Order: sequence, then structure tokens, then C-alpha cells
Amino acid sequence: MQVFVEGVGLRGPGLNGWVASRGILAGAEPYIPDELILPPQDLLPAAERRRMGLPAKLALNIGLEALANSTHPADTLASVFASSGADGQVIHQICESLATEERDVSPTRFHNSVHNAPAGYWSIALRSRAPSTSLCCFDCSFVAGLLDACAYCAAETEPVLLLSYDLPYPEPLNAARPITGAVGAALLLAPRATSASFAQLAVQVEPNDYQPTIMQDPALEALRAGNPTARALPLLAALSGCLSVPNLVLEYLRGTAVTVAVSRC
Amino acid sequence: MPEPAADCRNNRLAQLALAQDGFLGAVAQARSRYGRHRVGLFLGTSTSGLLHTELAYRQRAADTGSLPAEFDYAATQNTFSLGRFVQSQLELQGPAVVVSTACSSSAKAFGSAARMIAAGLCDAAVVGGTDSLCLTTLYGFASLELLSNAPCRPFDTERSGISIGEGAGFALLEKGQDSPAAGTLQLLGLGESNDAHHMSTPHPEGAGARAAMERALSSARLLASDIDYMNLHGTATRSNDAAEDKAVYALFGAGTPCSSTKGATGHLLGASGIAEAIVCALALREQFMPGSANTQCVDPALRVRYLLASAGRAPTRVMSNSFGFGGSNCSLVFGRVQ
Repeated sequence: MQVFVEGVGLRGPGLNGWVASRGILAGAEPYIPDELILPPQDLLPAAERRRMGLPAKLALNIGLEALANSTHPADTLASVFASSGADGQVIHQICESLATEERDVSPTRFHNSVHNAPAGYWSIALRSRAPSTSLCCFDCSFVAGLLDACAYCAAETEPVLLLSYDLPYPEPLNAARPITGAVGAALLLAPRATSASFAQLAVQVEPNDYQPTIMQDPALEALRAGNPTARALPLLAALSGCLSVPNLVLEYLRGTAVTVAVSRC
Repeated sequence: MPEPAADCRNNRLAQLALAQDGFLGAVAQARSRYGRHRVGLFLGTSTSGLLHTELAYRQRAADTGSLPAEFDYAATQNTFSLGRFVQSQLELQGPAVVVSTACSSSAKAFGSAARMIAAGLCDAAVVGGTDSLCLTTLYGFASLELLSNAPCRPFDTERSGISIGEGAGFALLEKGQDSPAAGTLQLLGLGESNDAHHMSTPHPEGAGARAAMERALSSARLLASDIDYMNLHGTATRSNDAAEDKAVYALFGAGTPCSSTKGATGHLLGASGIAEAIVCALALREQFMPGSANTQCVDPALRVRYLLASAGRAPTRVMSNSFGFGGSNCSLVFGRVQ
């Protein structure tokens, strides 16, 4: 499947936006892990803004950054949301409450617990009734989202925004499912080249367990290996340097791999 | 070797459904015809095996607060636990993913499958979904005052909320042929949309629902008048049925026979899309239009042509609606080749 990249959004520990992180990913600047920083935004009414969880805020942030130079109207743009665990904080709060006698689950916590809550907030914020889906594929969630988004581009010949995010659970779930850092990555993909596209991707599923492309920096590699969304980092690193990389390998389901050929345009 | 269902209620339910109606044999045939790497898996669930996390939180260690050692996150709570389990049961190695968009999950799985087949990533796909009862769902819907205290009555004057059900269903899709045999069931089109309105209340005019139905008709290259029967989302909440009625009436008028089958099945949540797709397939194959169990008196404020009793007329093209929290909508169009 061939797609064109028109925009990127990125937030993570020490990765404060795609523009600010390009030099780090390209190896020109040192990577210093730090807390996740999310600039406030005011697209949503105050009530919704108060209710939304961190995954929805992260998704909104990376999505808007990816759309910064977009030529497509945001309210008609299709979207694919990918995450292994969505809002772990709210699941933890609900499970804590359900372990008490009262078993009190508030309406807000309940609707924030659905996997597609960030997609719901996004749709309200952007006033978008465009098609949107929300997916999970455990550690391969970003890669599965990439495949779904590319298939959307190919089958519908329409652009699509891919948003992937994974955040650590609080304890005790963190011990059962450790996730390194809070990372969000977004890609605006289009079926045809436009004035905004800067790279072309050829994405394939291979029936072989190829060794995945890893990050050279040990701290970035720890992030890649520990956070499902951070499996995007080798692809983002290739995009950061505007390099042509013919044989990028992203980890996918057992017995398979996803290969991406990145070329400048 | 396929993995065991672990101790996961959701996956045990999936296993039960997989064993019905010769489905395992049909998948085995597809596997040998196309190769296990060319058969994709696209499933839907809203809560997966979250019940096991809820129960584990009642057994936390008194000193450290940790969960019991036997708690297996990947096999239970994670949304993809269903995908991993079914992929292993069916010995598939094609693209696999689990859609989780609340009550539209397994309807939208058809969308991912159809696009993957169209894009050439697979030749066939297992679609479906499973949802099983958990406390989050039960107490969550209770907090929203959306639970009926009697069997639910879709589109009834006295409707008072949903009956939560549990269920699993699967279907095998294959890429289209140029001249399919008479009687072949086809996915003719589908449409998806978001409401852009509220996280847990549908748009009052059903604007998002209408957009999904319009896109489904457009993708199937059909007019509203081409649809012979519509299986409504019809949850039996005051707000869903009123909004869906407005959206369907605006597009189809009062001519198209419609019903919700949730009076018979309850609301299977993330599995309702596949369950109602199967109802549509049965309607096409067995040549009838299902009525609405438990609905006694259709609300006169609702204007669509609502079927109380099953009708013996044979539909050739049908639509199924599924809507979920977060404003996630999906409409599917199925047909039977004449």
C-alpha cells in the first residue's frame, strides 16, 4: 500500500512535539527523557475539557500538530485511533470503586472508560462527523492502526489521520502491564501526493519474523521497546531526517512483520 | 496448538460461538484455499475480559496492594485478548485487530475487514465480536439510568431502557467474485460516522446516525427505496429510539419495514453489530422480516414503519444500524444475489 505523509504529531517524555523532536530523532540532538508536557487547548467547551482524560488530551494534542499544515478540512477528515490500553487511570478508578460495597461508577468515568473515548472527544472538538474507528492490537496497536489507516487510504482514496497513544497504568495494574512513558504519535496520510506531502510510504505485511528496526539511542530504544505507540519511533526517525529508508521493519503479530519503504518526495 | 481460553469469560463465550454452525470447518476451508496468512481477523468488543480485573481488585494483597499472581492482563483485560484468542483458535496468521467503539464495535469490524480485502492485504476475513457481562457495564449503565427493570421494549410507548445481554458471533467474508451464484449473501456497503455531539447521549435529531446510513447507501450505490428491511439499533432507551426514528424517517420515510431485535436478544453491546448482521443474513436467507419481541404498543411519536410481528415477505437488500458511546455510528448493507 502506498501513502503520502502530510503531517506528524508527537508527544512523549522529553519529546515536546514533532517539530521540537526532529533533531533528537535524527540523532543531531541528545535525547533527555522527561515528563510528558501537554500545552493546554481550548477547542472543547469547558465541561467537556474538565471531563476528558489524559489519553484524550494527548490524542487531541498530537492530532492537531499533525494537521498544522494540512490542506484537508479537519471536520471531514477520517480518523483511526489506536491504543493498547486507552484510559488506564479511569479503569483503575472504576475497578477500585467496584471493589467497595458502594460500587459507585459515575457517568463520566463510565463514558471515559470506553476505548473510543478519545475519538468521541476529538469528534466533538473538531465538529467532525467523518468516519472514525478505534482499535487495539496489544503491543502492535500502532502498527495495526497504520495498516488500517493505509487500507482506508487505498480503499476509499481519501486522506486519514492516524492517532496512536499509550500511557502507563497506575499501580497495581502497572505491575501486570508495564508501559514505559506516555507517548502519542499521529500521522496525516493521503492517497495522493499534495503540496503538503513530504514523504511516501510503501507499507507491506510480510509472513516472516524479520528483526525489527531499533533506535540507536539506548533511551529511545527503551521507549520503543516499552510502549506500543513508541514502536512508531523508527518510522518517525526516518521521517525526521527526510531520508529515504528502503527497508524499515516494524514489529507486528507473531510470525509476521510490517515493512515500510520510506522515500522523500 | 491453539491456546486455551484461559479463565476468561469473554473468550469462553467466543469459543462457544466458534463451535456453532460448522464455522470452524468453513474457516479451515478458507485457510487452505487462501493460506493462513491471507485470512484476516477483525473483531469487536467493548469490555473484553475486564470482569477479571474487577475481580482481581477485590483480591489485592493487604500489604502491597498488588493483584493476585494468577491475574493475566493480556489474556483477559486487554481489548486484543479476544483477537489473540480467536486467532489462535482458528490458526490464522493474517492481519488481526480488535475494534473497540462501544456498541458499534463488531459492526465497524466489517469496515476494517472490507477495506483490508479491498486494499489487497487479505483474501478473506473472519469478522465478529464478543461481549460478556462485567460490573463496569452493569453499574455504568445503572448510573446513567439506562437499565430497564423488565425485558426491554424497543420503540414502545413504555420503553424504559436496555436489557444488557451477552453474546458472540462470527462471520466469514471472502473477496467478491464477478458473477456470484444466486443465493450468495453479500456485504454491499457500509457507512461510518461520529456524532460530534456528546459522549453518552445521541444527537437529538440523529444527525450522526443519518450520516452513517447515507454513507452506507452511497457505498452500496443504492437509494433508500432499494432497502427492503432495516434492523434498527433500537436499544429501547427513550433517547436512542427517538433519535434513530428521526434519522431513519428523514431518509426512508414511513415506507421501509423496520424493527429492533433487541427485545429478543437484549443489548449485546460490542457484539450487537455482528449479532444483528447475522439476523439480517438469516432474514435474507430464510426470506422473512423479523418482528420486535416484547414491544407491545409502538410509541405514536415515532414515525418509522415498525414491525411488531415477523412478516413473511422476502427482503433482498437490508440495512443494519449500530450506534455506540462516544457517538460512534455504523450502518451495514447486506444483500442476497437473485
